[in-house]
Amino acid sequence: MKILVAVKRVVDHNVKVRVKADSTGVELANVKMSMNPFCEIGVEEAIRLKEKGVASEVIAVSVGPAVAQEQLRTALALGADRAVLVEQDGDISSLSVAKVLKALVDKEQPQLVLLGKQAIDTDNNQTGQMLGALTGYPQGTFASRVEVNGDSVNVTREIDGGLQTVALKLPAIVTTDLRLNEPRYAKLPDIMKAKKKPLETITAADLGVTVASTVTTLKVEAPAQRSAGIKVADVAELVEKLKNEAKVI
Amino acid sequence: MAILVIAEHSNAALGAATLNTVAAAKAIGGDIHVLVAGAGCAAAAEAAAKIDGVAKVLVADDAAYAHQLPENVAPLVAEQGKNYSHVLASATTAGKNLLPRVAALLDTDQISEIIAVESADTFKRPIYAGNAIATVQSSAAIKVITVRATGFDAAAAEGGSAAIESLAAGADAGVSSFVGEELAKSDRPDLTSAKVVVSGGRGMGSGENFDMLYKLADKLGAAVGASRAAVDAGFVPNDLQVGQTGKIVAPDLYIAVGISGAIQHLAGMSGSKVIVAINKDEDAPIFQVADYGLVADLFDVVPQLDAAL
Repeated sequence: MKILVAVKRVVDHNVKVRVKADSTGVELANVKMSMNPFCEIGVEEAIRLKEKGVASEVIAVSVGPAVAQEQLRTALALGADRAVLVEQDGDISSLSVAKVLKALVDKEQPQLVLLGKQAIDTDNNQTGQMLGALTGYPQGTFASRVEVNGDSVNVTREIDGGLQTVALKLPAIVTTDLRLNEPRYAKLPDIMKAKKKPLETITAADLGVTVASTVTTLKVEAPAQRSAGIKVADVAELVEKLKNEAKVI
Repeated sequence: MAILVIAEHSNAALGAATLNTVAAAKAIGGDIHVLVAGAGCAAAAEAAAKIDGVAKVLVADDAAYAHQLPENVAPLVAEQGKNYSHVLASATTAGKNLLPRVAALLDTDQISEIIAVESADTFKRPIYAGNAIATVQSSAAIKVITVRATGFDAAAAEGGSAAIESLAAGADAGVSSFVGEELAKSDRPDLTSAKVVVSGGRGMGSGENFDMLYKLADKLGAAVGASRAAVDAGFVPNDLQVGQTGKIVAPDLYIAVGISGAIQHLAGMSGSKVIVAINKDEDAPIFQVADYGLVADLFDVVPQLDAAL
């Protein structure tokens, strides 16, 4: 079976983001960009399914600027067979991304679509579920275990209070949570080989999708800062402060 | 203008986060209706009808909604949602699973995890793990929104007497089914709604050492949480994780034990009213957000704290 795995180019998770002085967004100039960590887990899962013989082909897709080719090349180095970049500059709403992915699903007919549960820039946590609605496919979100059995897939989901397992008829959508797997690193020879793997660049218009959003960002601010309080000398002083000053116990 | 709030519930009981979502609906302003979709969910519907400020409760009680599978529930919510200016759900795993599917069925964008209402169409929400706060405006005819519970003080659970109306159930989509669940059983309060939270980090050293935090938590009537480092080390299960990728908490008192204070963790707890940090490393970043810091070996002071309370 064919697997489609979506990847997003985002600010590297180790970068401490700073809000721009004019409050229009966060500083993205000269900042290290990487594949969204949840998407890395999606790519890893797709490759493991291929290694197990469950998947026959892994196609990595991204919706983003021309430079998002870097993240697709990473996916190819990790083991994806080919890649598609839907080139689109600027902010793209999750619904628009889901519509682009829906068009790719129609074209490629994958049995499984893997996505990260959320991107660590906008923290939306929407695209996989929206793609589920647009395709009519079932969804297994926040997955910590994925098991394909013939024409269905069992997905164990991280939910508030524990774990839930659902059985989904294929084709299905799965969004990844942190504990699904531990992504591998790309090896140098694979990085070299990835340069020769096919990477197709198209636009949303080629797919007949209009990118639009009803949400406008008015401003972006730094969060209210907490200031450091005091150091207490011992447990007795701590208990005294909590009782008499903070009055929380 | 009327607002539809999707209830968070377990059929037998209403989830606490629903009260915070109703509070957000009140801040938007308008008639508030609550939709309860489940199976044998009369008790949850009755609880919803008692929430202060709720005008009507819509109940869809059917086997197809037993486990609130989004493939079955989303079409119902989308159909009902067409009659409203706003559709709100709690930003719990249940709400996050369901609502984007509803938004796409309505062909509208979703605004995730709002923490403040500026007006009926303008909201504040954290981005970049809470390192920035965006103010966003929606021009959508139906505004589909998830609400972060810690941003809104809970509406009163009593005082309302809303009418309860039954809805006809839709068909089972037949593409998904519930297999099973493993829920952590605990007599302690729920992590996200507890007044006091005691959390342990990598400094705890082992899962067994968490026992002293459980003991301390029981004395304080507290929930127990953990940092991602402690979860990754296998000390405790993932559902205890507080942080960007775990639960967002804002208790009256948060006691961080052996937690260094990675940005990722701070994103999940910096809304707490009073923060206590216990760490032997005096340079640990957790002290920069703590109201009361105690530089000491946790294995010495946690038992002392337990004895002093």
